[in-house]
This record gives sequence, C-alpha cells and structure tokens, in this order.
Amino acid sequence: MFNDTVVKEIDDIKSRYPDRKSALLPSLYVAQREFGWLSSEAMESVARALNVPESVVRGTATFYAMFRHAPAGRHVIQLCTNVSCMILGAEQLVDFLKSKYGLTPGGTTEDGRFSLVIMECIGACGTAPAMLVDTDFHDNLSEKRIEEILEKYK
Amino acid sequence: METFLLKNIDSPTSAEIDEYVRAGGYRNLAKALGMTPKEVLEEVKKSGLRGRGGAGFPTSMKWSFAIADPKFPKYLLCNADEGEPGTFKDRPILEKNPHLLIEGMVISGYTLGAEYGYIYLRGEYPGARDILDRAIAQAYEKDWLGDNIAGKGVTFHLAVHQGAGAYICGEETALIESIEGKKGQPRNKPPFPVNVGAWGMPTIVNNVETLSNMPLIMEIGGEAYARIGSADCPGPKLFSVSGHVTRPGVYELPMGTSLRDIIYTHAGGMKNGKKLKAVIPGGISTPVLPESGIDCAMDFVAMPKAGSMLGSGAVIVMDESVCMVRVAHRALKFFEHESCGKCVPCREGTDWLRKSLERIEKGEGKEGDIELLTDVSGIMSGRTFCPLGDGAAGVVLGMLKHFRHEFQEHIKERKCTYS
Repeated sequence: MFNDTVVKEIDDIKSRYPDRKSALLPSLYVAQREFGWLSSEAMESVARALNVPESVVRGTATFYAMFRHAPAGRHVIQLCTNVSCMILGAEQLVDFLKSKYGLTPGGTTEDGRFSLVIMECIGACGTAPAMLVDTDFHDNLSEKRIEEILEKYK
Repeated sequence: METFLLKNIDSPTSAEIDEYVRAGGYRNLAKALGMTPKEVLEEVKKSGLRGRGGAGFPTSMKWSFAIADPKFPKYLLCNADEGEPGTFKDRPILEKNPHLLIEGMVISGYTLGAEYGYIYLRGEYPGARDILDRAIAQAYEKDWLGDNIAGKGVTFHLAVHQGAGAYICGEETALIESIEGKKGQPRNKPPFPVNVGAWGMPTIVNNVETLSNMPLIMEIGGEAYARIGSADCPGPKLFSVSGHVTRPGVYELPMGTSLRDIIYTHAGGMKNGKKLKAVIPGGISTPVLPESGIDCAMDFVAMPKAGSMLGSGAVIVMDESVCMVRVAHRALKFFEHESCGKCVPCREGTDWLRKSLERIEKGEGKEGDIELLTDVSGIMSGRTFCPLGDGAAGVVLGMLKHFRHEFQEHIKERKCTYS
C-alpha cells in the first residue's frame, strides 16, 4: 500500500478535480512510479486511495498503452515506427535492437537493463526516426546513434 | 512571414514568463479583460477562426452554444493530445511558448464564463508536462491565473491532465471520458459537450493551436485577422512537414498556402534529388494525394475538393522508393491498435483491413482482395461512432484510388516490387 507521502500526493491530485474518480489516470502514474508497474497491489492501492471500485481501476488501467502490466527493465525504450519514422528506417532499427541487444518489441533484455515498446507516433516526425528513453527524446536515429545513446543508460 | 504562434521560440528561455512579458505577452489578456465577454466573442466571430484540431468548426459558434447554456460551472479543456501521426505542430507551443497557450486559455475562459480549465496533454510529451507545470505556477504567481486575475476580480484556474497513450482521446468526447478517469471511449452525440460535457456541465474542447490564436485576435482585432490567409477559413496555420524533404519541421504560414509551396518553397523540396511520389497532407487519417494532386490550397474548404482533408496540417512527403501497400498496411496497423472497440464497424473493420493489407504486402494476396478492401471500407464509411473508423476507411479508399496498380501488382507478382 502507499506510504503517507504518496497518500498526500494523491490527495493533492484529487483536489484539482470536481470528483475523486477523475484523479484516476494521474494516480495510476503515481502507482506505476512507486511500484515500477501496475501490479495487483498497485491497482488495489489506487482503488483504496481514491475510494473507487477495483474493477473500475483495472478497466481504465488496461485501456491505456502507457500503463505497464508487467515489470519493465530499468530503462524503457519507446521507439516510433509509424509512417514518418518507418519511411526513414525505423523498422531496420527494430531489427538492430534485436540483433545487437536481443531486445524484441514488448520484451526486456536478459540483464533487465532495457525494455522495448513500439509506439504510435511520439510527435518527433520532423526529426525521424525517433524514440523516448524513459522521459528523454532522442531523434535522427541511426544504428550508430542508438548505440551511443544507450551507452548512457546503465 | 512574421510569425506569431512560433514567435521567439528560438530563444532558449522563451518559456519563461519574464521573457514572454518582455515580448509583449499577457498584454492581450489585459486588453480582453478591459472588454466585456460579449465584445471579445464578437471579435472571435469577426476573425472567422476555425478549430485547428482537424474538424475546422467555427470557434465562435461552438462557444456561443456553451455560453447560451445556463448551467454553471462551465469547463474549458485544451486538447493537447497531439496524436495524429505526422503531427508535431503543438509541441513547439507547449514546450517553447506555453504562456501563449495560457494567455489564450484565460481569454477564452473569460469569454465563455468558464472558471476552470484543464490541458489534456498526451502522455508521450513528458518534457512538455514539466514546462507547462512551471509556466502555470509562474502565471499564478504573477496573477495571470487565480481568483483575481490582473486585479480585475476575474477567476480562472488551470491544471494539466496527462493522458496515457490512447490516440482516441483526441476525440473530444473520449477526451472528456478520459479526464473523468474512464476508458477513452467516445460518447454518443447529442447531447454535445457544449451542453453536457465534463462532469455533466457545459464544456468547450479546443485544440492548442486554436486557443493560442486568441492573443493574436485580441492584438490585431477580428477584422484584420480575417484578412490573413484564405477568406473562408482565415488566420495563420501551423504545418508539420515530415518525410523525404530537405528541411522537415513546423512552419507557420497563412492558411491556404499551397501544398506545393509548403513542400518545395518552405521545406526545401525533395531530399537527395529523388522524385516525389505521394503526400499524406493532413496526418495519417487523411487520404493520400499523388504528385499530380499537390497544387491545392491547404485549408478546410479547398482540401475536400482536392480529394483529401486539411486534418491537422501534417504533411508526410514520400519519395519514389516508398511502397504504398506498405504505408497502407502500417497505417491500418495503427488504426486497429487505436480503435477503442466500442463500435463494431470500426473494431472489426480495422481488423479486416489490416489483415488483408498484411497478406497483400507479404505476397499472399488473393484475387478479390482489392474488392474486399473496397467493400469493407465502404461499409465502415459513415457508420462508425466517431471519425476514427471513417479515417481508416478513407485512407484505404484513397490509396486504392491513386495507387490501385501497386496493390494489383503485389497480388499478381506475389511480392513487393519495392523492397
């Protein structure tokens, strides 16, 4: 369950909305940060903090792509392969991540360092191909650049 | 052209309130607060501003409906769920010019009689989240937000609500569901959000770019604004240009600039001297145009006549090396993934279209597949709950209209002739 600091953080979030259920998405982000992913315990904690049924929490949590329902690696790579990125070589980069790091879409490296999520447009089409590593944007990607960038994430 | 929406964004501290104020910021809000809400609405009406999210609905008309509704409180939601693939035009405003948006929202809230606003920001823009939070805190500190704005007793409160990776939440009723903590599934209309929106109250949902035009309308007046760009949908417009051009990026140009000019004059033309093959002019949900179709004015009125749509103004440029079957397949993978599953024509239709396109691309297409694609797209068109399904069908029909031979070739040769 959440500690007192987190409970207070969620109370603050609740105060921004006319009803407590509206705090669900931001609270799920808090739970994901605290637990690393949305485990049953994480979702139960959110349900209790907001006093909404757990079934509602699960329904919402499973609808949105950015909520994780399994443990992730230490760093999450979110690589876009939508059309603007695809025509500039994003799919070759997916192959490269597999051959070089053993990383497949939806998977995690054996050492738990990286997870890979394929994204539907991250709004960096002018500097495609692009990815987010955790919350950092990286663009104009090539195999060489990916190697250099990932070096910084241990 | 002098820019307004992207003014000053090259400065590394453009998001700071002091710099924004130095460049003339919040002056237009002060001007609006010296007028009655009715007078401000009249200027917006004269400006002819149309919503920049994609539908192009006249902003003042939408606002009038919410104003006419006697229920309070009213809510103003900013749609910053910029998810239409190919679109990255709102990002420079959110990250580099956040006070322009805040100023525009306070002007809008004052006009609408709305005292609460939320910015629905897509989850994929974590950097913008921090910048907006900081800008909002600065605006509270300087009394441009709060209970006594500019000492005039005007109230407007603003907070950021972060989405979590669902394209459908860009649809206004899905956005409202999402802000209420639910799955982002569109609502049946009527009632429209202007009467029954967030938390059952009158709600206006406007795009980032739409709201960011308010300070300009205040600055130069509705009549002068209406003289910028196309007569029937005036104003500056942000275009996101990506793909095989020399200078991809976001360009602020008068509405109605021709697609050819955007590609060749502003974005520097084709990269590596290759030939232009096709353009998706308004984000992935808009029908593709062949090279012969780019002499059209990019606005809400002219583009449907040219066989596509302005959409979000996201121009994706493709050279001769690109396989159209592959693009269609990738686009449909996207729509299938993002379909919310609420209505059958979209949920099943996107699945059928994606499967058929995948088969054709792999060289496993069958005779009759093109007819199947046409059939399924036809059944979906106009029969889905929200525009997502229509968009998916339109993409396939546009591809078949201009590049049918490529689909036929894939089926006949049993392979892709491009890779």
